[in-house]
Amino acid sequence: MVTRRELTIGEIRELAAAVPDPEMPMLTLDDLGILRDVRRDASGTVTVTITPTYSGCPALDAIGEDIRGCLAERGETAVEVRTRLSPPWSTDWISAEGRRKLAEHGIAPPPERGATTGGTFVPLSVRCPNCGSPRTRELSRFGATACRAIHVCAACGEPFDHVKPL
Amino acid sequence: MPEETGAQTAVVDTAVAAYVLRLGDDTLIASHRLAELVASAPQLEEDVAVANISLDLLGQARSLLSYAGRTEEQLTGVLRTEDDLAYLRSENQFVNCRLVELPNTDFAHTVVRQLLFSGFVFELYSELADSTDETVAGIAGKAVKEVSYHRDHAARWTARLGDGTEESARRMEAALDTAWPYVAELFTDDDVTRTVAEAGVGVNPSKLRPAWDAFVDRTLQSARLERPRVPPITGLAGMSGRDGVHTEAFGYLVAEMQHLHRSHPGASW
Ligand SMILES: [Zn+2]
Repeated sequence: MVTRRELTIGEIRELAAAVPDPEMPMLTLDDLGILRDVRRDASGTVTVTITPTYSGCPALDAIGEDIRGCLAERGETAVEVRTRLSPPWSTDWISAEGRRKLAEHGIAPPPERGATTGGTFVPLSVRCPNCGSPRTRELSRFGATACRAIHVCAACGEPFDHVKPL
Repeated sequence: MPEETGAQTAVVDTAVAAYVLRLGDDTLIASHRLAELVASAPQLEEDVAVANISLDLLGQARSLLSYAGRTEEQLTGVLRTEDDLAYLRSENQFVNCRLVELPNTDFAHTVVRQLLFSGFVFELYSELADSTDETVAGIAGKAVKEVSYHRDHAARWTARLGDGTEESARRMEAALDTAWPYVAELFTDDDVTRTVAEAGVGVNPSKLRPAWDAFVDRTLQSARLERPRVPPITGLAGMSGRDGVHTEAFGYLVAEMQHLHRSHPGASW
């Protein structure tokens, strides 16, 4: 019988951080910035805290399952995944690496600084991820997932998704 | 704990449970009305938009109803989950404002309802983000960012339809006349709101009216529409949605929303 060594918090964090997002699988939870906290209590139970991108994010349950699954493979079975809303997630939390991966997959990343909650949206020029042209326009503010809008490029004619600022 | 403080806490907790239940019901019913339009909106992009907005609202409703249930449990010792509250109450136990239950008569009615409602919750959540209650503040701080998009979406449609064709303007005017009598209910203070406002947990909705008025007037002006001159409508014996007195259309909504859960208790997929 093989007895496994208990994983360190650092190792658990690394494993959880590398879990792909179910809706944008080119991004890890770390790229997306939704992994909040990893800890182990005295009884050995691991608690992983994540935050939803949007209140109604339907992927949240799947993400919890994926985290538990990937930790179970490494022998960590007493794992609780919790959700925390505050402070609210912002697209500012998407890492530089995450932004690069989005663009590489044809999705325009969010602007560096997110929208305010002041209610007025400053029109931002979104660069086409296909040809790089700034001559694009918004087709619809709501897209395939809660965090995406649909834009179209006037230069190359391609429609594309944009992770809108939140 | 001294007895008096205990009694006062119970009064506040009772009001908080009632208050958060109202917020949860408003959001749940607004979500359900929008969900009815998924796959039958006037254009494909709008199908996607109403689905997204409905889903945001449903997520907010789940957090609010769960919290209302947990707060109530502190007082009664009995926990009602978000599902119990959404699926197992009868029509007259819902305490949502009547505005959100108004039917999707045509797309103009949907746009107007969303404009008036998201304008209201935007101001509300902006205030509640600073609530002394951590959970309420957390839910509101998250929701306000989403609602900001919903409000903007409704304002754009209002401008497009109000300042569109003769037909679209006529429909928007009719929709405004239908919805406007239910506006006053949004801003009515009562014992529940006064108690939660005093505790710093919630707000008296009358406080939100000036900012809402400014937003709605600005939007209607941009759409070349006028604020309707129709009086508020009260329910039976002066009661309203907050008392569980609803419009005729609401019973059908509740039946539709609950029938799966009631027919197949515990169903999952
Ligand atoms: Zn292009």
